[in-house]
Amino acid sequence: MRFLFKTSYEQDIRLFRDQVDASWYGLLAIVVLALPLVMSEYYVGESTWVFIYAICGVSLMVLVGYTGLVSLGHAAFLGIGAYAHAFFLTHGIPWIPSVVLAVLITTASGIVVGLPALRMTGIYLAIATLAFSVIIQEVFSRWESVTHGFAGMPVEKPVIFGVAFDDERSFYYLCLFFLVLTLWLTRNLLRAPTGRAWIAIRDSEIAAQSMGVNLAVYKSMAFAYSAALMGLAGALFAHKIAYLAPDIFTILLSIQFLLLVIVGGLGSLHGAVFGAIFVALLPPIIAILRDSIPASMADAAQATGIAPLGVLGEAVGNFLKKPGVEAGIFGLILVLVILLEPLGMYGRWVKIRIFFSTFPMYKAATFRRQKAYMRSERLR
Amino acid sequence: MSFFQADNLAIHFGGIKAVDGVSFDVNKGEVFTIIGPNGAGKTTIFNLVSRIYEPTAGRLTFDGVDITNVPPHRVAALGIARTFQNIELFEHATLLQNLLLARHAHKKSDFFSELLFLPSVRRMELEHREAVEKAIDFLDLQQYRDSMIVNLPYGVRKVTELARALCTDPKLLLLDEPSSGLNVEETEDMAFWIEDIRNLLGITVLMVEHDMSLVSAVSDRVLALNYGRPLALGTPAEVQAHPEVVRAYLGG
Amino acid sequence: MVALGFVLIYKATELVNFAQGDLLMLGAFVAYMAVVWWGLDYWLAFLISVVTIAVFGALLDALVLRQVIGQPQFAVVMLTIGLGAMFRTFASVTWGSEIYTLPTPFGGVTTIGGVTLSHQYLSIIAGTLVLCGALYAFFNHTRIGVAMQATSQNQLAAYYMGIPVKLIFSLIWAISAGVAAAAGILLAPVTLIDINMGLAVALKAFAAAVLGGFGSIPGALAGGIIIGLIELYAGATLPEGFKDTAPYIVLLLMLIVRPQGLFGALARKKV
Repeated sequence: MRFLFKTSYEQDIRLFRDQVDASWYGLLAIVVLALPLVMSEYYVGESTWVFIYAICGVSLMVLVGYTGLVSLGHAAFLGIGAYAHAFFLTHGIPWIPSVVLAVLITTASGIVVGLPALRMTGIYLAIATLAFSVIIQEVFSRWESVTHGFAGMPVEKPVIFGVAFDDERSFYYLCLFFLVLTLWLTRNLLRAPTGRAWIAIRDSEIAAQSMGVNLAVYKSMAFAYSAALMGLAGALFAHKIAYLAPDIFTILLSIQFLLLVIVGGLGSLHGAVFGAIFVALLPPIIAILRDSIPASMADAAQATGIAPLGVLGEAVGNFLKKPGVEAGIFGLILVLVILLEPLGMYGRWVKIRIFFSTFPMYKAATFRRQKAYMRSERLR
Repeated sequence: MSFFQADNLAIHFGGIKAVDGVSFDVNKGEVFTIIGPNGAGKTTIFNLVSRIYEPTAGRLTFDGVDITNVPPHRVAALGIARTFQNIELFEHATLLQNLLLARHAHKKSDFFSELLFLPSVRRMELEHREAVEKAIDFLDLQQYRDSMIVNLPYGVRKVTELARALCTDPKLLLLDEPSSGLNVEETEDMAFWIEDIRNLLGITVLMVEHDMSLVSAVSDRVLALNYGRPLALGTPAEVQAHPEVVRAYLGG
Repeated sequence: MVALGFVLIYKATELVNFAQGDLLMLGAFVAYMAVVWWGLDYWLAFLISVVTIAVFGALLDALVLRQVIGQPQFAVVMLTIGLGAMFRTFASVTWGSEIYTLPTPFGGVTTIGGVTLSHQYLSIIAGTLVLCGALYAFFNHTRIGVAMQATSQNQLAAYYMGIPVKLIFSLIWAISAGVAAAAGILLAPVTLIDINMGLAVALKAFAAAVLGGFGSIPGALAGGIIIGLIELYAGATLPEGFKDTAPYIVLLLMLIVRPQGLFGALARKKV
């Protein structure tokens, strides 16, 4: 059982809790850096999706998990970043300035959305972001001079300082770099007064004001920062998907991002990464299961002589092949997570870790919460 | 010139005059208590002073500055801190984070230096931590530093409210029913702390309270309210003996 | 009408049920199933569908939503979104993903004061008015209705008052689901039945509910009418494409200017 012995205030501010934690993360870093050298191109490509989604996850986590402002339309910001970046690239602007401009534009739109948000609470804000997302999607399809509307907009691979990042491996490292940068910057904010102010806004706006937190400024900052990250993710997203179209940035995508932060674990950066892994990898896993379940069940049926197994495998396979099943499975997992593990994947991970570190003194009631009654959030 | 002055303060909610023509002044370094039956408008006055409500009429002056129209988030920087009757702590943060947040009014770092966590930010964080630790020592909260507020018992939360208010480095401290929900022992502790706050820390205290023993023990002067109107103003003994006050509390 | 369902649930439980649209869709499908597959009479199918979905709604509350009481509003909203997705997939698997039509007894048209209205539309209007009136009376004048309002504001206190909170919640869900099913059936001839019919309607109903004020039943009615009118106007006067977004722009403006809607009331926390 490891005991954390604190000897200085520095320890609470440092990025990593202690030497042991730091060395685990170091190991993780080595593994992540080495992966492309051993994985096939396909998996490297899938991992890039994880990175991009993770940046989106951090963005939404800051807004929803830390500041408590719900956004149902975050895909709109992703789209703005993606289209802006693609637009600037096609006009000959070099890569880095193009990304910076895209981020700035997305940040500006974030502030624009944030301004009315100052006067709205909870569900009204969510609806407003929803409306915003629908309107922006329409703008994407109508503003043909910039976005090429439904004809789509091709995006080439990034070329930075003359170096082309046109294969999966180099793009992997590029996205990884930005993810690490995002995580570091956000962690900095979260251990500084700004991050604390965000948490304060989430938990009690009135008390936050009494402590000197200017609600308008900090809520806008949350929106701006969140949008900025989405802009960055959008630029990378544009390259990854290689062909932009308005019907990519739908409300369903926004909901996927929300799914990401919830399943990952609301209120922690780890949750954003865990959730990204989940959301990015689930569709490929379903695709694999679609074919492998009937096949392996049929084998099992043959081996054990229990015919129904084979039939079951067929049925599951057929079910997975139907259109729209993915959404249903996502829905099911969302429901299960909220019901069974509200703290998300990261929460479960923490519980497992504590189990091992306090073994054999772990008590089942460690995380059992008191029965909670619903209090009116209208009067917030 | 008194330290804090309320002049003819009034606030109307629709047809209800929650506070009507209340004037009082608080001298520097004293403990001033407002008493009155429930619904008399005591917490409303606090909300007016911390600028959460807008007064319908009247003026508020603090340390020579007219604060009647100051936005709520500027109040902490001016040196006024408050606790809340129904605890308004940040439930899903640790006690330490709650207290550190109280230092926000004294924040000197800007967004971009925080983004990069420059050494200056690091230094300021350590300074804030030192300041917060003083409050923790004062109120004996060491063992609860890293606990989430959701997991803390009521008595500890009340004390945390007080600690948080102290961490803003106030000149005037507004305590809203500091002893509500506390048992006899805890109330005694609270009385000692309030005295220490006045004597050792030199902070002026404006208090709303129901517990008469606490009021008599620590207050220098008392204002009695009923239905938003002032009834009596004076030392605890004077006010408690005042016929109007007796009638308001005991009826008849 | 769908806005009504939203408002109902919000009024009682302070939750926004994003699966409302999908309940609507399920209602339409069940009715379709009853009429086309089983050859039942329209009105009987109507009744069966509404009752089935209502029971389903109550079960949903009892089994699923009860577990998440006490969690922040946001979590429950996401839960309903997840449930909605599940319902869509279920419908896709059970009934297939094509578009279906529902035969109804409302053929023909009537002309009132120069305006020609098909009977389908009339049935929708009539149904909505009847429902709104009934529910308004229910909430404000019956004991159960008042009890429902009480539970929405402070659950613990309601328990102490002897109000059977769990039963009431289930009832609310049942009513709301039933309303959704009715809406689905009435709407089916106009929009045709397919898996995604719920989504499109739900979004607009949302806008309607917000416009009218989320806590107010007559507001839902007013909101629905206004949204419909806006769509009509936009389609006629504005360039292509604005027809769909106009309601949302109005919604956004409304939220900025007057978030409580036309009839709602904005509350403030008392500290």
